[in-house]
Amino acid sequence: MARMRFRQAVAAALADEMRADPSVLIFGEDIAVSEGPFKTSEGLLKEFGELRVRDTPISEMAFTGMAVGAASMGMRPVAEIMFVEFLGVALDQVVTEGAKFRYLSKGQVSVPMTIRASVGSGLGFGSQHSQTLENWVAATPGLTVVVPSDPQSAYGLTRAAIRDDDPTVVLEPRALYAERGEVVTGEEGILPLRRGRVARSGGAATVVTLGQTTGICLAAAEQASLDIEVIDLLTVYPWDRALVAESVERTGRLVVVEEAPESGGWGHEIVSTTVSRSFGRLQAPPFRITAPNVPVPYNKELEAMYLPQADEVARQLSDYLKTDEVPDPWWVREGVAR
Amino acid sequence: MSTSATERRAALSDPVAQYERMVEIRDFEERVNGLFATGLIHGTTHLCMGQEALAVGLAATIRPTDAVTATYRGHGVALALGMEPEGVLAEIMGKAEGCTGGVGGSMHLCDMSIGLLPTFAIIGAGLPVAAGAALAYQTRGEDSVAVAVFGDGATNIGAFHETLNLASMWKLPIVFVLDNNLYAEYSRIDLTTPIADLHVRAASYAMESAVVDGMEVGAVTEVIGAAVDRARNGGGPTLVEAKTYRFAGHSRADTAPYRPEGELDQWQARDPLRVTRAGLVAAGHADEQQLDEVEQRVKADLGALVDRVSAMPGPDVTAMFDNIWSPQAS
Repeated sequence: MARMRFRQAVAAALADEMRADPSVLIFGEDIAVSEGPFKTSEGLLKEFGELRVRDTPISEMAFTGMAVGAASMGMRPVAEIMFVEFLGVALDQVVTEGAKFRYLSKGQVSVPMTIRASVGSGLGFGSQHSQTLENWVAATPGLTVVVPSDPQSAYGLTRAAIRDDDPTVVLEPRALYAERGEVVTGEEGILPLRRGRVARSGGAATVVTLGQTTGICLAAAEQASLDIEVIDLLTVYPWDRALVAESVERTGRLVVVEEAPESGGWGHEIVSTTVSRSFGRLQAPPFRITAPNVPVPYNKELEAMYLPQADEVARQLSDYLKTDEVPDPWWVREGVAR
Repeated sequence: MSTSATERRAALSDPVAQYERMVEIRDFEERVNGLFATGLIHGTTHLCMGQEALAVGLAATIRPTDAVTATYRGHGVALALGMEPEGVLAEIMGKAEGCTGGVGGSMHLCDMSIGLLPTFAIIGAGLPVAAGAALAYQTRGEDSVAVAVFGDGATNIGAFHETLNLASMWKLPIVFVLDNNLYAEYSRIDLTTPIADLHVRAASYAMESAVVDGMEVGAVTEVIGAAVDRARNGGGPTLVEAKTYRFAGHSRADTAPYRPEGELDQWQARDPLRVTRAGLVAAGHADEQQLDEVEQRVKADLGALVDRVSAMPGPDVTAMFDNIWSPQAS
């Protein structure tokens, strides 16, 4: 157990996997000499040398594809995408190449690569550097997509992703890099992929969330004294259906809290699956608390309103638990937008 | 027909066997074309008639432990590298005995026993993947080499430029084999690209380059062989441009009406099979009668193969659910 920041937990996970397995190598923009723009690779070049820790040019398509190729040849590469938006120019390699190789080789080729990217709003980076974009990658059979929510899950999921024999995308909420927490390191600190966790127990409603909004939901529960169960999904695809179903069938209510815009979000799948499978156990209509259908705005106050904050989540959950009716989001409530 | 892929590869050290493989590829492609015409193959296919010398010449210079990425126009490369015609044809016909069990099809051939990664249906996508294989070899200190085979159209996509730059910077053990057949899908190269000699693009990346007559198997072996040796000995990457010609259209539906009058005839006069056959006779490797017998044998074998594969069953429905996740995940 050690107290560390989220970014240090990522670096510790990378270092521990590199010590444990000589086939792990990492590369990306400014990650070696400069130890990463968010300092998530601190100390790695010094310890592991320039063969295994490499700075790349600004060539996401090339180095993401190289992760696919190196993984196909038995390495366990970790490629860092500085801002998840930059994955846009390399998406082919993740979704159409890496995630298909096992299928298109009849199991001859495994692609145990890890693609890490920083995501999310809250730091004033503007519309092109603040999206979460998990929805771009969270519907590809063969590709696991995880989102840590604190230093422990950053450590545990990063190590699990590197060890997994399939390609994994790890989306790290950038706003959490400086957060501190107690981290169990070593084998005991590794978390399973494709499993969620109950971050807070409760009986009145199940709140399913992911990444940065996990802490927000926990804060909302405390400030409004809500008897809610908070499930931190951790893996957004393929997600932990059993954990969510068990909880919803007990509480009878489901709310999904997401950072991304309302349309096309992963929460739709949670709601739709739950309605189809657990309809008879629901006591109220499930709903979602999301960002509005807008790009992430730059202005500090507006950016803060984009992300569902604890006040807003607490207010909507309280109304829902009182009335069993679906509350309006703030932009509808205040007549700003529909 | 029970020869293994590695044995088929090893056979290519003999020039007559190289010719035999070229005949096999040509006849295979013509039969695939016929099977499409009669509706026995669905979907699409991309034939490589005219480009056999490059495929076979390349295969003759590399080891089964070297990695190769190739394209959707990949039947020839797959057969040249050693894949048995049965597994390739069965895949193209969507049979359970196909190399990917019938879930891949014409554009997705794979055999890791000879280093062939699943062939790529996305233009340019194989270049960074091959560079990644080279990165693995370099990091582990192995003397294997990666080869990326791609067409002229791929030189206009970002993956080509990004990968050449990075491969040069890291001095990766890789050979970029540019199969310039003059057409990117339906467009002649001069309609899309301001230069005719594409290998000069290597200069931007301070990379060695070479150009070779892709209709001449001996020349291909020599030029690619030198590049492979350089890569294997730590000398870094090379871009080799092979000048070839696509005798067929882009894909099944394309009869290539956009070709200038007489261009096909001009290139067919230099048909790599004819050129190679004449060379073998002139060098005394074989006489006309022996080569006739080779052709007859190959064609008879493939004729029987078509009948056999046509009668094979398709995959069980469970095949579509297999090999998506590792056993660890499922």
